[in-house]
Amino acid sequence: MSILINRKSRVLVQGITGHEGSFHTQQMYAYGTNIVAGVTPGKGGEWVLDGKIPVFDSVKIAVEATGADVSVIFVPARFAPDAIFEAADAGISLIFCITEGIPVQDMMRVKRYLDQKQVRLVGPNCPGALTPGECKVGIIPGNIALPGNVGVVSRSGTLTYEVLYALKLKGIGVSTCVGIGGDPIQGMDFIDVLSLFEADPHTEAIVLIGEIGGNNEERAAEYITRHVTKPVVGFIAGRSAPPGKRMGHAGAIIEGGAGTAEHKINALEAAGVRIAEHPEQVADLVEPYLGK
Amino acid sequence: MNLHEYQSKQIFARFGIPIPRGKVALNSTEAKHIAEELGGRVVIKSQVLVGGRGKAGGIRLARSPEEAEELATLILGMEIRGLPVRKILVDEAVNIERELYLGIANDRNARCPVMMASAEGGVDIEEIARRSPEKIIKVYIDPLIGLRDYQSRDIAVAIDLPREYWKTFMNIAEGLWRVYTAHDATLVEINPLVITADKRMLALDGKMSVDDNALFRHPDLVEMRDLDVEAPAEVEARKYGLSYIKLEGEIGCMVNGAGLAMATMDIIKLHGGEPANFLDIGGGAGADKVAAALRIILSDPKVKVVLINIFGGITRCDEVARGILGALSEVRPRVPMVVRLVGTNAEEGRRMLADAHMITAETLVEAAQKAVAISKGDLVYEHLD
Repeated sequence: MSILINRKSRVLVQGITGHEGSFHTQQMYAYGTNIVAGVTPGKGGEWVLDGKIPVFDSVKIAVEATGADVSVIFVPARFAPDAIFEAADAGISLIFCITEGIPVQDMMRVKRYLDQKQVRLVGPNCPGALTPGECKVGIIPGNIALPGNVGVVSRSGTLTYEVLYALKLKGIGVSTCVGIGGDPIQGMDFIDVLSLFEADPHTEAIVLIGEIGGNNEERAAEYITRHVTKPVVGFIAGRSAPPGKRMGHAGAIIEGGAGTAEHKINALEAAGVRIAEHPEQVADLVEPYLGK
Repeated sequence: MNLHEYQSKQIFARFGIPIPRGKVALNSTEAKHIAEELGGRVVIKSQVLVGGRGKAGGIRLARSPEEAEELATLILGMEIRGLPVRKILVDEAVNIERELYLGIANDRNARCPVMMASAEGGVDIEEIARRSPEKIIKVYIDPLIGLRDYQSRDIAVAIDLPREYWKTFMNIAEGLWRVYTAHDATLVEINPLVITADKRMLALDGKMSVDDNALFRHPDLVEMRDLDVEAPAEVEARKYGLSYIKLEGEIGCMVNGAGLAMATMDIIKLHGGEPANFLDIGGGAGADKVAAALRIILSDPKVKVVLINIFGGITRCDEVARGILGALSEVRPRVPMVVRLVGTNAEEGRRMLADAHMITAETLVEAAQKAVAISKGDLVYEHLD
């Protein structure tokens, strides 16, 4: 079992003929993801991956022709907001936006629009999601995770891979891993994903990977206290980060004393979350909760 | 990216927000001439991108063109919080009756812009927010609709603005909203917005921060960037698409991914060491990028050891290793390097680096322990070649 994506997901790739899009389409396809279509305006009628996947001019045409229900976006930042609007208007109900560097005002408009349409967005600036053994949407390497019963949700990319790999080395598998991205305005947040893991009968424990900036982790802690019965293990990156400096991700900055790692760790610990001191330790803390 | 006061105010003026008459001067003679044009009584304002200019003596009133010249000489020779004053703004001096605050910022939690106003202007708004948050009026703006007239009017009422000023205030608020959207700002601020003795409303000071991610559609703003405020290494890093922030420690870090880079700094600290920098080399790690990253890290004389932590997902570790080896022949580091490669083709990458006498580690903990030990002199390695 899993959340958001599984072997039945009918995945469409927006920007499928671009550099990133074509490479990751190959990777997703090789992993077994059910990719049904690609979209690149102006290239409708072409085929990619040795004639296995048709390319369409618009998401609307692609959806009508193939019944795609999940979209993953690889188009450059200046075109990505439009790609999200296009997917939402074409009836796609779950959109993953991998693109990094989308202007924040664009994202505020996108977010407001999607909320009105009841469309789910993951990202932007995220690695996507992976349901090991079934489906990978985005750029998470498939070979670093085993199928299993731990749900992973994270604001980071390679840091998430680090944790997945540490879990794998201990033989611990994952139900689904969702990277929600590191931007200040994002689609699904920790709470949205936590509620799905809580409802998923095959997820036994949850790993939450956060970082400095904003108060997403604090709100997650409040939600966990009230609504999550499953054990949660956490890691927060940026304990050593100085205030006022943006640590790579647009959202990772300590402003006016808010958004510190310490504050987040305290909030999560108060909610009963066990916090690892370093990413590899996450696996040690999760292990005792499994197979009970 | 932050704009100077004079840049922000010039933009404000183009959007119908009244500002005092004034001009930028690069030397004291220019300042004197501007003061003569403006009628003698002027304010000399240092243009540096830090707060607290007034307290540092960087904003002074001159009663005559001669005094303007003197003060300009003084201020142009100053450093304010480490930043040299290279430009001054010479503004007409006005008689202030009342000072207000008006600004728009991105509210991360509400996920929309918020317009903020206060009947108390001219002071640090964060200070008011801490001391008496009820004095800050907040109006949330729907990003799809924009600022409504009634919202500006509500603010005018809430800050006790006399009716005769409502129309002017609403125009200023609308102008500020258009400045914010037209420039992809993350913050626009008029502090103070004043009412003068002769019944004018003026933006006496202005501040703008714009979204770095949106600069591709604002070439005019890119040209306004002031490189003085950034460390040279940070400017250099940006050229190569690297995200670098200098810190105070001795262990240089090169990591792929921002979250992992922070986690690597954290684990160094956990083991008693101090990171010298944050550096995310991003996706892909060709020799040129790795070399640039190494050069930048080693430009910090405090660095005693470099820790390279790469999680090869889509990026292959053997490629990264080749990048590192290529960079080594170019950069010739003077300090030992600890390398941890994990993920795709990690074994091959590790072998290539071990052959080159680099110190390798399997886990993040091991890598951190080795780097910290070297930085403290507890572990001694011979230099390469």
